[in-house]
Amino acid sequence: MFKILEPNKIFQITSKAPKYILFLFVVVLTVGLTEALILSPEDYKQSDAVRIMYVHVPSAWISLGIFSSITLLSISGFIFKNKNFFLMSKSLAPSGFVFNIIALVTGAIWGKPTWGTWWAWDARVTSMLILALFFAMYLIAWRIYEKEEKVFKITTFITVVGIINVPITKYSVEWWNTLHQPASINILTKSSIHSSMLFPLLLMTAAFALFSLLIFLMKYNTELIKIKNKGLDRL
Amino acid sequence: MYGRKVKLRFLFVTLILVTLILTVFLVLKSLEENVVYFQSPTEIKTLSELDTNKIRVGGMVKKNSVNVSSDEVNFIITDFKNEINVSYSGAVPNLFAEEKGVVAEGFLKDRNFFSATKILAKHDENYMPPEVKEALEEQ
Repeated sequence: MFKILEPNKIFQITSKAPKYILFLFVVVLTVGLTEALILSPEDYKQSDAVRIMYVHVPSAWISLGIFSSITLLSISGFIFKNKNFFLMSKSLAPSGFVFNIIALVTGAIWGKPTWGTWWAWDARVTSMLILALFFAMYLIAWRIYEKEEKVFKITTFITVVGIINVPITKYSVEWWNTLHQPASINILTKSSIHSSMLFPLLLMTAAFALFSLLIFLMKYNTELIKIKNKGLDRL
Repeated sequence: MYGRKVKLRFLFVTLILVTLILTVFLVLKSLEENVVYFQSPTEIKTLSELDTNKIRVGGMVKKNSVNVSSDEVNFIITDFKNEINVSYSGAVPNLFAEEKGVVAEGFLKDRNFFSATKILAKHDENYMPPEVKEALEEQ
């Protein structure tokens, strides 16, 4: 069913794409950082500390998005016995883990001056830490197991268990009393973030998404080259 | 259409997911008390017996209730239904202010009095420039 996904054809596209993505990433990041650090206004209450949010929130979004994606890819790979899905999933994971760590670290840096503490064992912060642990397990599993059959099954299992944590992270601030504030951006109702701050936030999200795509393509190309070198023309 | 094996694997993954979701749901439901980061003044009022362990109380700092003396800060935490008096000695975070969210960690003296060992400011989800805030207040 996935015969269009021949490695050679994919490779023709994915080997050329990174330079364009890199260019786009640099442009969006430059504009985004200028907006976030210089042009956007300071907050009425937390003044310049608000600028940490432009790194913190996009990182958290991207890491949650990537975990959902690697779960979807792993499950599809498992159900349809398709190796390509697993390789895509494997190539996506590292940037998700890195952004997860960035979200935790910037959150701590923001928490100290605003909350008055680096760390709080509240539901949102703890579930983000659990997500990082699942990312770590996933990445380590790929290194430990040599046999493909085995590593596919184990990584799928890790993502299936870990995906339950994703909605818990998202809704933790609504379900329980947490120190972490609830979401400012709502699709259905009016957002409680001013448009002059929303714009740089969305730009930074786009920049981080492009960076993840760039790293994904580079990793994925490496995987495809590995297959080529083995002399296999199909997955 | 898909083969028998594909359908079986789909069913297998779905069953694992449903089982895990139910398990996690039940575990979280029974642990609710420990998952919440703080309790509201109303929850403190309805406690059947006083908790002698360290707990956290959260809510809004009542307007005109902050009283700073030489070595102590006194204020009232309210959830707009019930209130609790808090006393604390030490430095409060920068964002601690009247009519803003706060979480106090410490010990209950009785149902109306809380002795805090640590004060955390709870930031809300509103982000706006100072000019917009002023414009809102004028309205």
